[in-house]
Amino acid sequence: MKEVLLIKNGEIALKGLNRATFEDVLIKNIKNALKGLGLVEIKKAQSTIYVSPTNDDYDMNEAVKRIKKVFGIAAFSRAAVCEKDMAKILETTVKYLKDTLPFKKTFKVEAKRADKSFPLKSPEICRETGAKVLENFHNLKVDVHNPEVTITVEVRDFNAYVHIDQISGAGGMPVGTGGKAAILISGGIDSPVAAYMLAKRGVNLTAVHFASPPYTSERAEKKVKDLLSTVAGYSGPINFCYIPFTKIQESIARECPEDLTTLIMRRYMMKISQVIAKNNNCDALITGESIGQVASQTMKAIACTDCAVDMPVFRPLIGMDKEEIVKISRKIGTFELSTLPYEDCCTVFTPKHPKTKPNISDVEKAEVFENCDEMVKEAIENARYEKIYYKEI
Amino acid sequence: MLLITEAYFDNSSTTFLCKEAKEAVLAACDYNGNPSSLHRLGTFSSELLENARKQIAKALKCSASEIYFTSGGTESDNAAIIGAVGALKRRGKKIVTTAFEHSAVINTMKHLENEGFEVVYLKPDESGTVPISAFLEAIDQNTILVSCMSVNNETGAVLPIELIKKAIEAKNSPAYFHCDATQSFLKYPLCPENSGIDLLTVSAHKIHGPKGVGALYVKKGVRVLPRTFGGEQENGFRPGTEPLILINGFSAAISAFGDAKENARKCALIKDHIKTKLEAFDDIVINSPKKSSDYILNLSVLGVRSETMLHFLEQKNIYVSSGSACAKGKPSHVLTALGFDKARADSAIRISFSKNNDLVQADRLIDAIIDAKNSLIKSK
Repeated sequence: MKEVLLIKNGEIALKGLNRATFEDVLIKNIKNALKGLGLVEIKKAQSTIYVSPTNDDYDMNEAVKRIKKVFGIAAFSRAAVCEKDMAKILETTVKYLKDTLPFKKTFKVEAKRADKSFPLKSPEICRETGAKVLENFHNLKVDVHNPEVTITVEVRDFNAYVHIDQISGAGGMPVGTGGKAAILISGGIDSPVAAYMLAKRGVNLTAVHFASPPYTSERAEKKVKDLLSTVAGYSGPINFCYIPFTKIQESIARECPEDLTTLIMRRYMMKISQVIAKNNNCDALITGESIGQVASQTMKAIACTDCAVDMPVFRPLIGMDKEEIVKISRKIGTFELSTLPYEDCCTVFTPKHPKTKPNISDVEKAEVFENCDEMVKEAIENARYEKIYYKEI
Repeated sequence: MLLITEAYFDNSSTTFLCKEAKEAVLAACDYNGNPSSLHRLGTFSSELLENARKQIAKALKCSASEIYFTSGGTESDNAAIIGAVGALKRRGKKIVTTAFEHSAVINTMKHLENEGFEVVYLKPDESGTVPISAFLEAIDQNTILVSCMSVNNETGAVLPIELIKKAIEAKNSPAYFHCDATQSFLKYPLCPENSGIDLLTVSAHKIHGPKGVGALYVKKGVRVLPRTFGGEQENGFRPGTEPLILINGFSAAISAFGDAKENARKCALIKDHIKTKLEAFDDIVINSPKKSSDYILNLSVLGVRSETMLHFLEQKNIYVSSGSACAKGKPSHVLTALGFDKARADSAIRISFSKNNDLVQADRLIDAIIDAKNSLIKSK
């Protein structure tokens, strides 16, 4: 039996004259998400995107799993396709739902007659389909108010479709319609969630990762890449940038006052990230900060890191509790990876008593050490890039 | 691949497969019959299997019928402890073990605590080991199992396993004695029968055999309940078709291990050399007790985190193990049980030897550690 996905785009429908552009990006993202599963035909009509596999053995379960993560989709249905003929529709309904309906008690039928030339009116389609179902599945009763299962028959431009239960999409905006931004990612719980949240608003991601070997390891880098490939399931491919940070971090530990080291380190990270962002046509930075979570994330500390750069810095987790962040990280599948116990840049030289109310002019004075500008330049010059694609971890 | 210039000092984690074991693994690939099959091919396989069993029995000076193959140390520990407790649960609810056993024992004990058993974890004293007096004090008539490792895997501390059966008998306890001998099997003379051990765990990959196979010695007459159910293999105690390929590699590794005394002497020489050179520094402390296995040296370079040191040495193709988890993880339960302060526990590294190490490698390690000490930024 031929199956298709009927995709209803979300917010895009509200986009007026730009709608076509948004839809085209969404279609491209859908194609990318389904890459490797085989040939599909994708077309749009009446604010619905049709995804039809050309092969009979197409892995529809995997396709559904992937489409669930594509931003810009409000909801979608996995449907059986048949000719626009009432007898065919009835036959398809019984055959398509033969493994579902025996386990249900109540049902109702809904009809959507987008093709107004179809001879039967919606109530008639419902009636006939309902009668056929009752005749074939004696366990079922009709319940129009609170049915266990709703069978939907849609008669559209090209074909008729039978499906049950809409599947919720990821919502948001298609990635690529919201601009480009660079996320600072260490390997903790927060930054992948922040990346996910901006991707949800259509933002294309570059990820900047600071590594200080031998204080941090190859495993820590691999962990970050694994995190990003999980996020890439939602955001599409991510432009990964590795910054060698050992020299700067050693100098900070050696030269700067201990209670300010974390803050100064973050300022250097921001400054370097801003250059990387600009080099990659990004218009903003993203961080996973949340007010008061740690000493470097008090409002005064954030103010200090914020003024190290002049581009906008987005902090989507700013008002969230750790528990709320963890909940999202579990949902998107990054939590287990995030909690792997490898040292990262943010954990190696943590001061015992960091300043929680730093003064910006003190910080600006304290952060200068011999050759600091050269070291920043060198780190940027030695940046290493890699494209990270979605893979199941 | 191990290059000539590399120095592998992580032999307590695992050892390199020896040539003989590798050949035996390959040879066993031609034995395709199921050892349980009645036809000729089954007989061939079964003969190979039983020969391997005899080989292990010979090493432990016991009978082949007392050897059960398992997937390794962890499974042997689990099977021994849960099996013994299952068999004796009507006679008592108390188990005595040490606070610095391997996780395979500790976490099995935690599981049993949840099942309602009382577990006493004996803490090592200032000498770094658990004295027999502590066992004598803890064991009583309600005790059904004593589980104690022969050599601690992180510090190399030697435990008084020769005396534990005497303590059990002195207290008129019905307890079985399980010994996790993963770190001492073949390295030191071990005869479970003479030492009064009822259940003994050994593993292949710590003695240059393949990973994924081990054995449990169960003394004749000792009753342990199975925890896996299936066919008649391994007397029904550990059902499932035997991994003949791994078992044959295990057997070959035992024959190829060489003279225990000679190997230990070689390791002792290397260990003493490293220890003497490094303990001269004020900021290096030795964590291994005075009386410890020749195969393990645990030390802390104060201020340099374990993971940092590990990666620093790795850059020079020298491999050790971090004695403790990193700042993000939990500190090692072994070092915590020893009562080390955080700075010492956070910077502990374990250097562990095999007959493949030599003094040239040792000197490279010493130089590299001194280099790390001088060039790395220390945490405060």
